[in-house]
Amino acid sequence: MNRSEIIKNYSDIVVTKFSSKMWSTFLVLGIIVYLIIAILSLDILQIHKKWSPERASLFALDTYAHKDHVTMKWSEPDDIIISFEGSRWSQYVGPYQKSDGLPERYPEWTSIGPEGETKISFKNGGFANLYDDKVTIENWPDTKETLVFRLDEQGKPYVENVDNLPKWIRVTENKIEVRPSLYERVQVYSKKVEVHRYNLGWNYFWFDFDSPLEPYGIWNAISLSFSGDRVDPNISNFSLLIQEFLNNDMWHHGQILWALLETIFMALLGTLLAALLGFPLAFFAAYNVTPFKFVRTILRRLFDTLRGIDFLIWSLIFLRAFGPGPFTGIFAIAITDTGTLGKLMSEAIENTEEKQQEGVESTGANKTLQHRFGIIPQILPIFISQTLYYLESNTRGAVIIGAMGAGGIGLQLLGAINTGTSWENVMYMSLLILGVVIFMDTMSAKVRRALIGDETLGAELQLAKMAKK
Amino acid sequence: MQSSLPENLIKIENNLKSLTRTRSIYSFLSIAALIAVIYSGLIVAETGNATSIWVGLPKFFDYPVDLFVGSWEYGYRWNLLLLEYLPDLISTINMALFSTAMGTLLAFFLSIFSSRNLIKSKTTVLIFRRIMDICRSFPELVIALVLLYLLGKSALPAVIAIIIHTAGALGKLFSEAIENVDKNPIEGLESCGASWFTRIRFGVVTQALPLFLTYTILRFEINIRASTILGFVGAGGIGEQLYTNIQWKYEADTIAIMFLLVSTIIALDYLSSYWRKSLIGLKS
Repeated sequence: MNRSEIIKNYSDIVVTKFSSKMWSTFLVLGIIVYLIIAILSLDILQIHKKWSPERASLFALDTYAHKDHVTMKWSEPDDIIISFEGSRWSQYVGPYQKSDGLPERYPEWTSIGPEGETKISFKNGGFANLYDDKVTIENWPDTKETLVFRLDEQGKPYVENVDNLPKWIRVTENKIEVRPSLYERVQVYSKKVEVHRYNLGWNYFWFDFDSPLEPYGIWNAISLSFSGDRVDPNISNFSLLIQEFLNNDMWHHGQILWALLETIFMALLGTLLAALLGFPLAFFAAYNVTPFKFVRTILRRLFDTLRGIDFLIWSLIFLRAFGPGPFTGIFAIAITDTGTLGKLMSEAIENTEEKQQEGVESTGANKTLQHRFGIIPQILPIFISQTLYYLESNTRGAVIIGAMGAGGIGLQLLGAINTGTSWENVMYMSLLILGVVIFMDTMSAKVRRALIGDETLGAELQLAKMAKK
Repeated sequence: MQSSLPENLIKIENNLKSLTRTRSIYSFLSIAALIAVIYSGLIVAETGNATSIWVGLPKFFDYPVDLFVGSWEYGYRWNLLLLEYLPDLISTINMALFSTAMGTLLAFFLSIFSSRNLIKSKTTVLIFRRIMDICRSFPELVIALVLLYLLGKSALPAVIAIIIHTAGALGKLFSEAIENVDKNPIEGLESCGASWFTRIRFGVVTQALPLFLTYTILRFEINIRASTILGFVGAGGIGEQLYTNIQWKYEADTIAIMFLLVSTIIALDYLSSYWRKSLIGLKS
């Protein structure tokens, strides 16, 4: 047989029909046209305009580093404020008089120079010196000479030696900004001087600035809690440790952990309630259990409605009834998933094999026993795997419902993002959420595998397999 | 009676009794644990909630009734509101469709590199799986909120967030589907000297495509809900309209938007179950 003979005899296999060729061409063309329209309509090409790398890197830096502020007002050069993150409530030293020397609690990177100036040392080996009438920076990379910043007669800041300024100094009309890397920053304004000094890590994570345990550090505090000498005479060291940790004013551990617990319970109780409601209802919606078509149709439509009205809208309705709090989340999840689980389970019941039920019937068992031993053992694995799957996805859902007003970790996260400054808290909460979701994910996979063997395929495929039988 | 039975039957009988006893102890314990969880959870909820359950329950119908009364007072022009909010609905669907398409594309590449039967290197598989796990575990909302802060209020942050989540979630399902394909076609292609790409194209994709499409359609449905929710926090579309109207207490507008949303979701539900059934050859 030559080529033309093959084509002639087996045309239906070998030759692709013109119409089907056109079909795929048009499909691909259609997809390309849609993608172009979507990219244009969603402003994807504008991304470079909106994305400011400076802001993003500052934000990223703030998630894993903390900074100390040193502020000096030109009008009161004697009062220097050194604070953590620029907060009024966490000042290392309040306004202090330079002439009195450094007070007791001062960071080790500050010192008093020979002319009474405050010296701030940076990790790059350089110094920033605050004098009464000028600010100098010395020994910084790329420049050997000492740069001097002063105010002119109009009160505008200027640089004294203007020749070959390094690139990382930006001089504008009202401000001089020195920023050689992300970790150090000197800003000279016409009213004040601000020095930021960044350090890696989350500071005051265990105990806040004012805590009596702060000077000890976490490990020493833990070993202290096993010793007799009380830090605070009124309370044992161990309870002080717990109390100071939970009431941390900067990280709000107590509040955040409670919110996390609320979110987990929202997911857990919502799913449990949905399972408890959906499982029995599914039997009444399956034709091989319930002979009354009327009941079945009503239940089917009920499931569809519960599922179709999204949990977003359910949570809005419940929010009005229960106010912000876990009940809103619990009921929104429970109602939506009753619909989903009910529908899935009633389909699974209808797809069970009749033989087992008949076998139970032949022993003289009544209807209830037939369902108990003929149907439930067949659908139990699917039921458990579905419920666990929904538990896992509801953990994510509970965070979202929380952010829309039901409380829990979602609302805390939204609050932290909206302040726009406490990015380290945002990072902390995101990591907590990530941890909980991964934990739920692994646990549900483990339980599923232990209960029903090596089930790797999705639930959807399992249903399809059952339906094919 | 008992003594007349043979000895081994008595043994079986006793064995059965002890098994039944252990079993009932186990089921009793699990029921007790269940009740304990529900009870302690309700206590947590009761303390955390603004309104107690017994106060809130009778008020359940307040809001729906408010909505219906409000839109009844609005009068016959109500159905024009449906037209008014249609463009917002379309922009939400557009967001979901585009991010599903992009997410599926990403998921496909991720899944190939995290399937043990296609990639020999165990470290590569492990790294790509972890990448997918992390993409999947972050709720879209967290990524979207951060990006919204960085990029300003527009649809773009939501699209990126949904793409990331979709890539992780679908990638896992895809790689499971790929790992479960029949390996004979792949070996056959290998034996006649097919390259790695050809093996994937004709050995894997042809087998797994129905499953891929099934998962993608399901994801599209989920993503419509997600993009509505992201509209609440500033991504635009119908979610944002819903949020504003709820804040302003415009009952008629609220219910029009809810109607649009619910009918879209229900329509998509029917469509997707129809597509799914026809894809896996179960036309019913």
